[in-house]
Order: sequence, then C-alpha cells, then structure tokens
Amino acid sequence: MDFGLSEDQVLLKEAIRRYLDSECPTTRVRAIMESESGHDAALWQGLADLGVPGLAIPTPHGGAGLELLDLALAAEELGRACTPGPFLGCAMASAALLASEDSDAKARWLPAVASGRAIVTVALGEEGGVWDAAALTTRARDGRLTGRKLLVPAAAVADAILVAAQDGDGPGLWLVERSAPGLEVAPLRGTDMTRRVAAVALSDAPGVAIAGGRRAVDRARDAGLVLLAADAYGGARRCLDMTVEYALTREQFGQPIGGFQGVKHQLADLATELEPALSLCWYAAHAYDHIPERLERHAALAKAHLTDLYDRAARVATELHGGIGFTWEYDLHLWFRRAVFDRAFLGDAEFHRLRAADLAGW
Amino acid sequence: MDLSYGEEYERFRAELRKFLAENWSDKDRADGPAPDTQAAFMGAVRIDERATGFRLLAIERGYLYRQVPRRYGGSEQPADPLKATIIAEEFRSASAPGEVIGQGASMLVPTLLEHGTEEQKQFFVQGTLLGKIRWCQGYSEPGAGSDLASLRTKAELAGDSWVVNGQKIWTSNADTAQWMFCLVRTEPEAPKHEGISYLLIEMKTPGITVRPLRQMTGDADFNEVFFDNVRVPAQNIVGKRGQGWIVSRSTLKHERALIGGSHLTRRMFEGIVTLAKALTVHGRPAIADSVIRNRLVELEARLLANEYQGYRLLTMSARGEEPGLAGMVMKLASTQLGYDIAKLAMDVIGDKGLLAPGEANAPAMGMFGTAYMWSLGVLIAGGAANIQRNIIAERGLGLPRDARK
Repeated sequence: MDFGLSEDQVLLKEAIRRYLDSECPTTRVRAIMESESGHDAALWQGLADLGVPGLAIPTPHGGAGLELLDLALAAEELGRACTPGPFLGCAMASAALLASEDSDAKARWLPAVASGRAIVTVALGEEGGVWDAAALTTRARDGRLTGRKLLVPAAAVADAILVAAQDGDGPGLWLVERSAPGLEVAPLRGTDMTRRVAAVALSDAPGVAIAGGRRAVDRARDAGLVLLAADAYGGARRCLDMTVEYALTREQFGQPIGGFQGVKHQLADLATELEPALSLCWYAAHAYDHIPERLERHAALAKAHLTDLYDRAARVATELHGGIGFTWEYDLHLWFRRAVFDRAFLGDAEFHRLRAADLAGW
Repeated sequence: MDLSYGEEYERFRAELRKFLAENWSDKDRADGPAPDTQAAFMGAVRIDERATGFRLLAIERGYLYRQVPRRYGGSEQPADPLKATIIAEEFRSASAPGEVIGQGASMLVPTLLEHGTEEQKQFFVQGTLLGKIRWCQGYSEPGAGSDLASLRTKAELAGDSWVVNGQKIWTSNADTAQWMFCLVRTEPEAPKHEGISYLLIEMKTPGITVRPLRQMTGDADFNEVFFDNVRVPAQNIVGKRGQGWIVSRSTLKHERALIGGSHLTRRMFEGIVTLAKALTVHGRPAIADSVIRNRLVELEARLLANEYQGYRLLTMSARGEEPGLAGMVMKLASTQLGYDIAKLAMDVIGDKGLLAPGEANAPAMGMFGTAYMWSLGVLIAGGAANIQRNIIAERGLGLPRDARK
C-alpha cells in the first residue's frame, strides 16, 4: 500500500518544473499566445527532449514506457506554468493510437510524437455539445470522411488528426493527414490563448480506419479528462500560491492584506478544497492503467471536480488581488482563461456528473 | 503507487482474520451494537466482561493499543500505520470490540503517557483502555470556547488539596463518567496560557453538580458541570503547575483525528442514495431528478477525494513524512462535507423534511433531520470551522497571525 509518488516521479516533476521555470516564464507565454500560430516549436522540442510527450508511450514505440500518472504529473506542471502547446492533443492521440490495432499507424506516429517530430491530435467534439462517440454525426464511408468537428486542439499545427466518426458499424477513429484533400482547418479564437482550437471540416476527405468500436475514442477521452484534471490542479495551486504571496506583500490599512481574516479564510477554504482533490486526481490517473473497471467514472468525477475547483480558485485569486488582478498586464488572467478551457473542453462539469450518475446505475 | 498491501501485510491480515473468527463469534457479534454506528461513535461501545476478555486477548496478540507500553496495559508494537489500518478495517467488518472509543482512551491516555507520574499511569491507564474507568473532558466554559485559554474555573491549593470553583460546559458523558480531566486556572497573575493546570477530578467528589444540557436536536448528549469548593488531592495534577496548556495540547491533536471519521460519512452518503431511489417526488424517484443526480455526484467526488487523501496521509505517515498542509485541512474538509451531505439529504426528502424525528410518516423516521443538526455540531466541536481556517491560513499557508490577547 503506497499512495504517493515514487522518487523517480518526484524527480520527473522537478525536472519539468525547472525547465518551465527557466524556459517558460509568463513573458514567453504571452509572446506565444500573441503569435499567429500559438505554437513555439523550440519550447515543445525542449519538452520532448525531457521525454514529456512520450512518457506513457511504451519503449518499443520510442517512449519512456511509464503510465498515465506520470503524464498527469507533467500535465500538472504544464498547468502550473500555463504552458502553451499541443500537449493535450498529443497525449489524447497517443492514448487512442495505443488502443488501436493498426501496427503500421502505431509504428509511424507514436515514435514521432514521443520525439517531438510530429504533432497528432484528436478531433472528437461536434456542434451541440457532442463529446460522446455514440452521438457523432461525422460519417465515414469507404475510407472517406464527411462532417464538421469543433474545438479540435492544436489542429492548425497538427501533422495528422485522429477523427472520431461513425460508419455502418458504429463509432471509430480515422487518421487523416494534414495534407489530405477535403480537409479544412479553421482556427477559432479561444478564451484560453495558450491552447489553440480549430474547427475541422471534412468533405469526402481520405482517412485510414485505425480503430473500430468506441474503445479507442473512450481511451482518448478518459486520458484527456484525467489530464485536464491534473492541469486544473496545477493551475489552481498556482493561483493559490500567487495569491498567498500577494497577500503577504500588498499592504492596505497599514498591514499586509493577508492578515485580514476575510482574506485568510477565503484562502484557507481554497486550500481545504484543493488538498484532497489532488488525491482524487492521482487515483483517477492510477485507475487508467491499473483499475480499468473504475476508470470511466473516476475520470469523469475528477475532471468535473478539479475543473470546477480551478474555476473557483481563479475567481477567488482575481477577487483577492483587487484592481491589479483585473488588468491585462498582470498575469492572473492567463490562468483564469485556462480554467475556462479546462472546464469546458470535453464537456463541462454537469455533463460529466450526469454521466457519472448514469454509470453508477442511479 | 501501489494500492495492494503486499504479501507481508496480506499475511498479517489473514492471521488477524483467523484470530477474529476464532475469538469473536457470530453470537458475540449479534449481542452488541455494531462498532460502526453513530451510537458506538458517541461512546456506547461494549465494555462488558465478554468484551474485556476479548480485548485483553487482542492486546496480548498486539492488535490493540499498539503505542501503549506493555507495563501500562498496551501491546507496545513498532509504529506501522498500514497494520493499524488493516486492524481497524478487520475489527470493523467483524464487529469486534476494538480500542475503546472515547476521550479517556484517545485523549487522556496519551497525555498521561507523556506527562503523568508513574503512579498516575499505573492507576489509570489500563482501566481506561479497557473502558472500566470512564472519563469526561472539562475544557470548555461558558466564557471560554474558541478562546479556551481564557478559562476561569479556578483551583487554589489549600494544604494537600486543590479547591476548585467554577463551571464547565459541553461535557459529554459527565453523567456517566467516574473521572474528569480538567483544565483549571491556578496562577491568576500569570499570562493566560501560563496560568493553567491539568487536574484529574473524581466525579463523585462532594461539591460537583452535573446538569444535562439539551442541545438543538432536543436530546441531551452534553452536560454542564458546576464546581462548588470541590477538594481534589494535590497529587492529581498532571505535569507541573501552570503547564496545563502545554499538557493539554497533545490531547487536542488526538481529538482532531477522532472527529469526522470518513466511514461514517460514507454510510451517510450511501444512505442518501438509497433514500433517493426509494422516495417518490413529483411522481418519480427523487434520484431521477438531474439536480439531485448532479449534487450527489459532486458530493461523491469530495467524499472520494477525502478517502484517497486518507491513503495519501497514511502513506506519508508510513514513510515518516510530515503531512503539513495536507493533514491540517482534513478536519474542516470532512466536517464541511458531512454538513453538505446532510443538507442534500434534507433536500432529497423535500417537504417531508419538516417532520420531526420519531414521526412515523417521516422518511427514515426523521433520522436525517437529526443528522443535519448534528453535522453543525461536529463543525463546531474540537475547534470550530473559523478556528480551523485560522490554523490552515497561519500554519499551513504562512499568512500573518491574527491579533490576539
């Protein structure tokens, strides 16, 4: 019985944090988010050199052969630093590819993702709040895809997109290369400027079926849910830390505002909600590799709970900072915006809570 | 991360199960209240001869009171939080008498072991561990709640006795306890924390009046205790004069661990799910309502988070790590959750929530209404919520201390 991080996991987290502290200060985050593509290839390559995109990819496919928990620790650090980039799309795509039986697709794309040479993402969402494989309207027929996907992360910089669609047999995943005819990627302006999304239109675009059935789609979704929860924890924790630091230095009425109970108690409440939530996140990540029968509900519970908390943390942090927190110049809104993404992407908290209720058979 | 217990611990669990099967029969189980119930939590555990015989055997085998030396009636085992957890789990599922629940075993004994004289340890510890000496706690006073150190019940040394005058309040079990461990002011001129002493007072001493205190639920689970020239032998002080505050500090930590046990919260939560399935509201089961479903899942996530946090704290403790903030937040997190779960139960019940406990038409005989009120009681007991917030903010987050006198 050991519900804690191993020495290697602590070292991994520290290495990522050190890298991001030095290479991804908010000045760089702002430069990337104000750039055309929202992507900084050098920063992403640096993370790839640390092994980040390949953490949960088995060694024969060029990864580190670790687990989703390790990837979640990376997600927490990326969330803490508000790091821009295609991490989420790549992680979900790797999860989908690993659930596929297409050995050619695996051999071609997994090592490329692990090394940072290629960006692959997953196109799941559709108009009308659709995030479930059974409700997809995008159609596949004879290796051709037609439909419209929404809110696809990192689509504009992706080399390939795994499109969730349905054919006569039900849902599945099709790999569409960026150069495919009939594929049109239209970037959308997002509230969170660190993780870009796009609409992806497919009209008779050629795609390779890499996984039939809903399993690969569900694996990608559940990995995504856990990683969003981890990102949310990292971001929320950062909001708390920043606000504690500010409350210790900002003086009003002749004393640091952190000495007022109104401020202290709001921060104490936040810490009280956040501390145990980390354990829920860890458990969901652990379940992904070790307790399959508990994964789906726990991923839904963790995503709903942690992203709700992130939203609250960002709001409380902004409120406690006062006027400075409402400026563009101060960095707090970067996390506030990221919290909006984490809460909405893959379906909001209510959506996943109702799923969890259904899954419990209530 | 590894959620299995591993071979050594599974072997330990198997031995323990064998011990329980051989020594605590189905008949024994049927005879008493399950130790998992609210009644047991409030102190009503079995302390009859059969249970005492069983406890003595379990102590001999090293299963109970593992941190208490053998010479004082414990089993003196090396600290092993995993074994302790397995023991708690297995005793609970066998409904076997575990460590006596109550302020004597959980608060007084650790204090005596740390600060008591040899005579005090010999006289009190084993009897307390077996539930033969029952204790109540004399801390709170009408004018000393959160600011406990401002207490005014005074004790003056006259010859070989302390003479105690004053009043205590919120004293659970004062009506049945034989002894009270009590904080009194012995040095009125000293700064408030340095003027307090820790006395052991026999409840049958002349001059003590116990009056039941009826709480908001309508029952009287507490008492007020009045002291009118109560003479206590001088040697019944624990620690030195004026050091009672320090002596009492170690006990409060133990109380925080006692309040808000998560298996009780889980039972309450599962009770609501059962209730929401059974109850018809607007012509359909309450659980079919999407607002209720949403709130149930929201609370379940917090319940699971607290349970897994328990695993995390257990792991930290097994590794010898300081839990810090992670541990400090748990009293507030679990009592707040208990309150929110009880509140949801009231909302599930809907209009029938206005029916009183015991009314036959009330769902679950009105038990949820009482639980709702009690959930506020535990938020206040053992360090009220705002005191917890101060502790978390000051010691956990490093924010400035409140101005205090």
